[in-house]
Amino acid sequence: MDIQIALLLAQDGITNGAIYALLALALVLVFAVTRVIFIPQGEFVAYGALTLVMIQAGTVPATLWLLLGAGVLAAAVDARGALASGQKGRLAGVLAWNVGYPAVLAALLYGLPLATLALPLQVLLALLVVVPMGPLMYRLIYQPIAAAPVLILLIVSVAVHVGMVGLGLLFFGAEGSRTPAFSEARFELGPMLVNGQTIWVIAASIVLIVALYLFFGRTIYGKALRATAMNRNGARLMGISPALAGRLTFLLAALIGALSGVLIAPITTIYYDTGFLIGLKGFVAAIVGGLASYPIAAAGAVLVGLLEAFSSFWASAYKEVIVFTLIIPVLLWRSFTSHHVEEEE
Amino acid sequence: MNGMSVEMNVIGQTIDEAGKSAPGTPRTVLEVRDLCVAYGKVEALSNANLRVGEGQIVTVIGPNGAGKTTMLSAIMGLLESRGQVIFDGEAEYVPRVERMVARGMNLVPEKRELFAEMSVEDNLLLGAFQRYRSGKRDHAETMKEVYHLFPRLEERKAQLAGTLSGGERQMLAVGRALMAKPKLLMLDEPSLGLAPLIVREIFRIIGELRRRGVSILLVEQNARAALQVADYAYVLETGEISMEGPAKQLADDPRVIEAYLGLGGKHQDRLAA
Ligand SMILES: Nc1ncnc2c1ncn2[C@@H]1O[C@H](COP(=O)(O)OP(=O)(O)OP(=O)(O)O)[C@@H](O)[C@H]1O
Ligand SMILES: [Mg+2]
Repeated sequence: MDIQIALLLAQDGITNGAIYALLALALVLVFAVTRVIFIPQGEFVAYGALTLVMIQAGTVPATLWLLLGAGVLAAAVDARGALASGQKGRLAGVLAWNVGYPAVLAALLYGLPLATLALPLQVLLALLVVVPMGPLMYRLIYQPIAAAPVLILLIVSVAVHVGMVGLGLLFFGAEGSRTPAFSEARFELGPMLVNGQTIWVIAASIVLIVALYLFFGRTIYGKALRATAMNRNGARLMGISPALAGRLTFLLAALIGALSGVLIAPITTIYYDTGFLIGLKGFVAAIVGGLASYPIAAAGAVLVGLLEAFSSFWASAYKEVIVFTLIIPVLLWRSFTSHHVEEEE
Repeated sequence: MNGMSVEMNVIGQTIDEAGKSAPGTPRTVLEVRDLCVAYGKVEALSNANLRVGEGQIVTVIGPNGAGKTTMLSAIMGLLESRGQVIFDGEAEYVPRVERMVARGMNLVPEKRELFAEMSVEDNLLLGAFQRYRSGKRDHAETMKEVYHLFPRLEERKAQLAGTLSGGERQMLAVGRALMAKPKLLMLDEPSLGLAPLIVREIFRIIGELRRRGVSILLVEQNARAALQVADYAYVLETGEISMEGPAKQLADDPRVIEAYLGLGGKHQDRLAA
């Protein structure tokens, strides 16, 4: 292997690593705030990418129906709650958000000439369809069992994952797809040829990470999420409800997932079930960070990306095996040097 | 610290001037009727009845394990209970924490529950979360007020809450609750584990808060200090309210003197304050 190839592989590794880092951050966040090990994180990647593919093909994305269905269900649940506690005033808001929003979005998707829209608008529409599924998922599935032990939440996550993969097959079919690159530009960087999409992925990841950093460090809602992660009871006494924190967290996780999907769709062929392996690598990185430390998780993600790139060069058929095997010593080392995330109660 | 001017009245809400000066009973802020709490089959609180008038300090004293913390947690909606909690004129059959906070009730819990890995200032800011969310963005002003009450907190505003001393943590817990501008402030053993000098400082501030119109429900083991500062008092023993009356009257009651104020008891160290 000469230096040229090594640099190329490193470039690949860092690109994928950036995506794994984003997913790892989302996983750490979701676990810290809600104690949910968020297996379906990867499905948001696939849904984001494939929804964009459908929009670019000029068809109304099938994920819209899932959004509408979940919205109607959530409206029913919330309306019942509002009526039971005698807060009729909340009904209008409940309907507007859960049913009104998907309906307006549906009208847009049917009205606009999807295939000929500018790429940023197509991406925006794809995100508008997929991202709200995060908070809806929390509302319908996790909120009713928020106090359950971690193991139960994990089993539910596996079920949600299987369900979403099945729906993905129904929505998108078994064919894999790629989207056109955001930019066809190529740059010479010393001996290395860097392609435009790589720059896009890395730049977008950095922007997103900085934005998250500012959100958690500077805004009261970001601080409220951190407070919930640190001390749930203390947060409740401040009026920060676990339900609000959960929905906000799932919104961020869905946004990170869907955006990651949109970013890698031009580099990797995405199938309805691709999300799982991508999410799993983010998950390994998150575990390296002990499901608690954001910087270590991000570093772990880049490590996973590099391992993957280099092993795909030497033994491409075994690349997943190599990645997951080589990660074991790291995990062992982490489990001996760090204290465990303790389960509450 | 004596420059606590009267015109700074940002913290207290809804001071009914007429009610305050009138010699009769003030408007009721909190009324608890037949409150019962059970842990499994063990009843920890049975049929508690209690009232807090506006601008009053009401104290609940009693020995370890009497059910004081249990009672505050149930009023706040942290624990399931039976009975009725009437707060600010509106009855809650199933109190929910977030709703109680939104309605102006705040608890400084026995365990403080600070956000250890956040700065003092961020802890205070989050105290105003509920107000901020409902569109009342006056936290900067309230924070100045809190810093005025607790200059120590201002000196340490960038320090992580987890690294504060016991007394400072207690001040932060109280300051954080004040950021919500409570109508009713519930304090669970604010003097717990503090040196006499700090205890005196805390009680001075409790008195100061009352002067600003905050109604206070104070749970204490330091019975002498509590009875001194309070208007009305309840004695809670093994889950039941066994005595009640104006604080001065209870302080003179021979049974209270023997059980809670008598020298040689476990409270002796605190009495030095
Ligand atoms: N989560 C719980 N499960 C079971 N029993 C509990 C629980 N919390 C408290 N208890 C019991 O309920 C009783 C009342 O406890 P509580 O904490 O309310 O007492 P307290 O008056 O606040 O005491 P202290 O002055 O020591 O703080 C005690 O016997 C305690 O052991
Ligand atoms: Mg107690």
